[in-house]
Amino acid sequence: MVTLGTVLLPVTLTVLACAGLLALASAVATARGRRAGSTLMALAACVELAVVAQLVVGLAGLAAGHDDVSAALFVAYLVGLAVIVPLAVVWARGEPSRWGPGVLAIAGLVVLVLMARLHQLWTGAGA
Amino acid sequence: MPDVVGVTTPRGPDDGRRAGRGPGRILVAVYAVFALAATGRATLQILEYFDRAPVAYSLSALAAVIYLVATVALARGDRTSVRVATVSCSIELLGVLAVGVLSYVDRAAFPDKTVWSHFGSGYGYVPLVLPVLGLLWLRHVRRVAKPNAS
Repeated sequence: MVTLGTVLLPVTLTVLACAGLLALASAVATARGRRAGSTLMALAACVELAVVAQLVVGLAGLAAGHDDVSAALFVAYLVGLAVIVPLAVVWARGEPSRWGPGVLAIAGLVVLVLMARLHQLWTGAGA
Repeated sequence: MPDVVGVTTPRGPDDGRRAGRGPGRILVAVYAVFALAATGRATLQILEYFDRAPVAYSLSALAAVIYLVATVALARGDRTSVRVATVSCSIELLGVLAVGVLSYVDRAAFPDKTVWSHFGSGYGYVPLVLPVLGLLWLRHVRRVAKPNAS
């Protein structure tokens, strides 16, 4: 049986890789007292692209009848994921110190946590 | 100009808006995440199945409001906002402690989880740590803001 989880797998792995990299690079920048530079912003853009792709594929999957997950909750998570990084970028850019990257590190971690919850949802481990 | 100027000058004039600066930036970010999570959870719980646990879901909504207020107040960071943030962080701490105890004692009232159930264990106990960090940070901000304080 083709579940929504398997449809989403490639884009999910991309999100995980980008978010993990963003969290790591941002944490390093904070530890070294660096401001948020173009590298971190590019990484944040990658996360956002991947998350938006996941939103599109996820919605298409729902529309195609993969209703093996609670639709409202699933869409809430997908949209929530797409909102976090832009907000974090705006908030980080207003802080010209090591704490700018700190905000991006939090955003990367939150994306990872939400992805884990999303995975639980579509494997039926929790509602 | 001589190099003397380079000795740790403060960043710009002190406009009294410190709470959302520096490490406070992180605090606001984490509060915003919880505001988002609590609002989402409360909205879904109340719209989809309010009758299952009215007490727990009302508390979810209350938690969401408090997180929203704390986020905005910390982000604004002026004097009044610092006061508002102190009050909301205090209520939040009381809330997580009270709901934490109640969720163990009176399981019937909490058949479903809230952000504060079991001291926030479903959220890695961050809901328990967050108000403490918030209140410590606000105390620090108030001390720094006071002129002539030693």
